[in-house]
Amino acid sequence: MSAPAISVEGVGQTFGKRVIFQNVSFDIAVGEIFVVLGGSGCGKSTLLKQMIGLLSPTAGQITVLGHDVARETDAVRRSIGVMFQSGALFGSMTLIDNIMLPLALFTDLPLAARQDIARLKLALVGLADAENLLPSEISGGMAKRAAIARALALDPPLLFLDEPSAGLDPITGAGLDRLILDLRAALDCTFVVITHELQSIFAIADRCVMLDREAQGMIALGVPAELRRSSDNATVQAFFNRQPTVQPRGA
Amino acid sequence: MNAAQLEIRTEGGGTILCFTGPLTARAIAPLWSRALATAKAPTPLTLDLAQAEMIDTSGAALLLAIERAHDHTITWHGLTDAQTKLLTQLRAALPQGAPIMPAPATIVRRSLWRTLLIRVGFFGETILATLALPRKLRFLRGAEFFRLADRAGTQAVPLVAMMGFLIGMILAFQSAIPMRQFGAEIYVAALVAISLFRELGPLLAAVILAGRTGSAFAAELGTMRVNEEVDALVTMGVDPETMLVIPRMAAAMLVMPALTLGIDIAGLLGMGFVMMILGFPPDAVIGQVQMATSPHDLLLGLFKSLVFGAAIGLIGCRAGLTAGGGPRAVGEAATSAVVGGIVAIILLDGLFAVIFYRLGL
Ligand SMILES: Nc1ncnc2c1ncn2[C@@H]1O[C@H](COP(=O)(O)OP(=O)(O)OP(=O)(O)O)[C@@H](O)[C@H]1O
Ligand SMILES: [Mg+2]
Repeated sequence: MSAPAISVEGVGQTFGKRVIFQNVSFDIAVGEIFVVLGGSGCGKSTLLKQMIGLLSPTAGQITVLGHDVARETDAVRRSIGVMFQSGALFGSMTLIDNIMLPLALFTDLPLAARQDIARLKLALVGLADAENLLPSEISGGMAKRAAIARALALDPPLLFLDEPSAGLDPITGAGLDRLILDLRAALDCTFVVITHELQSIFAIADRCVMLDREAQGMIALGVPAELRRSSDNATVQAFFNRQPTVQPRGA
Repeated sequence: MNAAQLEIRTEGGGTILCFTGPLTARAIAPLWSRALATAKAPTPLTLDLAQAEMIDTSGAALLLAIERAHDHTITWHGLTDAQTKLLTQLRAALPQGAPIMPAPATIVRRSLWRTLLIRVGFFGETILATLALPRKLRFLRGAEFFRLADRAGTQAVPLVAMMGFLIGMILAFQSAIPMRQFGAEIYVAALVAISLFRELGPLLAAVILAGRTGSAFAAELGTMRVNEEVDALVTMGVDPETMLVIPRMAAAMLVMPALTLGIDIAGLLGMGFVMMILGFPPDAVIGQVQMATSPHDLLLGLFKSLVFGAAIGLIGCRAGLTAGGGPRAVGEAATSAVVGGIVAIILLDGLFAVIFYRLGL
C-alpha cells in the first residue's frame, strides 16, 4: 500500500482541563473521500484545525503528505485547500477577488487568466452570476459555496471541507456531492469532509470516522454501509438508522 | 513541480498546440498568453494533450479559454475519459452569456445633507428612547455600565494626568516669555488657571474621550452590527438604543467631569512647577489663582464637559450602529466617531462661548 495522504496517530485535544477527544488514530489514503461524523461539539472542527496546522494537538502526531504538520506546517499548507465552517470569506473583497487572491499570491498568471480561472471555479459551484458581490451581500448558502470555490482556487491535492452542505437545499447539496466525486475522478484529490447529511455520506464517503463527546474519542471507523449493518455501538446505530423519535405528521 | 511546455506546430494549413507536462495553476502561467494568441488565428486548430501529465481545473480553464478564443471547431487529441468528463462538466457549468450581477455601489458616498439628517434623526431617536426609558429599564444592565465607566474613566486617568501636567507647563512657559517684558510674570498663574477651568480642561478631556472611548464605542457596536448581533437583539425584542446606547452615553457623561477635574488639577501643578523654576514661591502662585478665578469658572467648565461627554457618547454609538457590512466598516465607524466627536465638541464650545457671553457668565 502506498503512503497515506494523512495519518493521524493517537491525537488528543484538551482545552484547559476540558478533554475534547483522546487517542484518535486513522489513515486516509490518497484519492479517498473521508468523512468525519459526530454530534455537535464533539470536536470535528477541532480535529480539522489540527490537520491543517491551526491548532497543535495536545497529544499525538499528524502527518499530511509525508510532512509532520506541527513542524512542516508551510509545506502542508501549500498542498491543501480549506473551507471553514463559517465560510470566512474576506469581507472587503468581492467573490471573484476572494478566489483570485490565492492565484495572485501563488502563481504568476496574468490578470485575465486569473479572472478566467476564478470565473470557472465560481461557475462550478453555481455562482457565475455573483462574482461582483461582496460576502455581506450574499446568502449563507452562497457564502458556503463561494468558500468552496476559494478552497478549490489552486486545485490543491488535498481538500478540507467543514460542513459544505449545511444550509444548502437538497438539490444544490447533491450537486456539490457530484462535484466532489467528479473532482476526485479527474484529479485524484483527497477529501476530508465534515458532514451530517446521511444521503451525502452514503453518496460520497469511502470511509468515515465518528467522534463522540461522551466517549471523548472515536467510536467508529470504516465504510458507512458496513458500519450501519454491523456496528454494535448504540450511538453509531442511532446515527445511521436515524429513527425519528417523534412520529412524522400524517404517519 | 516542473513547468508545462507548449509546442506550436503548423501542419497542412492547420495549427497544432502540443502540451507537455502538468497543466496546473502553478505550471501554466508562462504559456497562457501564447496559447491564447495562437488560438485567435482562424486556421484549423488541434489540441494535442497526449503528453499532458495532468489537467486540473485551472488547466481546464486554459483549454476552455482557448476554445472560446477560437471561432472554429477544435480537434481534441489524447484526452483521457476522466479529462473529457471534467471538461464537459466545466463547460456545462460556465454560463452561456448569462448576465452577471453588477457590482452594487456598496461604498455609498452619502451627501453632507443626508449625513446631517441621519445624525439629527439618530439624536431624536435617542432622546425619545431616553424618555421611554422608565418602561424599558429591565434592558439596562448595571454591570455593563460600570465596565464602560471604568474603561472610559479610570483607565484614562494616567493619560489625563500626564497631558494636563504637560499642557499646564507649556502654557505657563510660553506665556511667561512675553509677560516678562512687562514685568507681569505673576499673572501667568491667573491666565493659565482661567483658560484651564473654562476652556482647555473640558476641551482636552473631550478630545481624549473622543479618541479613546468614542472610537471604542463605534468599533464595538460596529462589530456587533456587522456580525448581525444587533439584528439578533432586535428580533429578540430588545431595543438596541436602550441596551447599547444609553449605558454608553451615561458612562461618558459620568466620567467627563472627573476627567476634566483631573486635567485642571494636573495643569495647575504643571504651571506651579514652571512658576517655581521662574522663582515664585507656591503661596504667591496659589494666592494669584484664588484671586483671579471663582468657583463658577470651574463649574462652568464641568457643565460643558458633561455636555461634551453626552455628544461624544452619542456620536460614537451612532457611528457604530449605522456601520455598513464587513470589517472595513468597523474601521470607518471608529474614524467617523473620532472626527465627528471632535468637530461636534468644537462647535458646541463655540456655542457655549456665545451663550455664556450673552448671559454674562
Ligand atoms: N479555542 C477553543 N478554546 C476552548 N474550547 C474550544 C476551542 N475551540 C473549540 N472548543 C471546544 O471544543 C469543542 C469542540 O468544538 P468543535 O468546533 O470542534 O465542534 P464540532 O464538532 O465542529 O461541532 P459542530 O458540529 O457544532 O460544528 C466544543 O465544545 C468547543 O467548546
Ligand atoms: Mg464544527
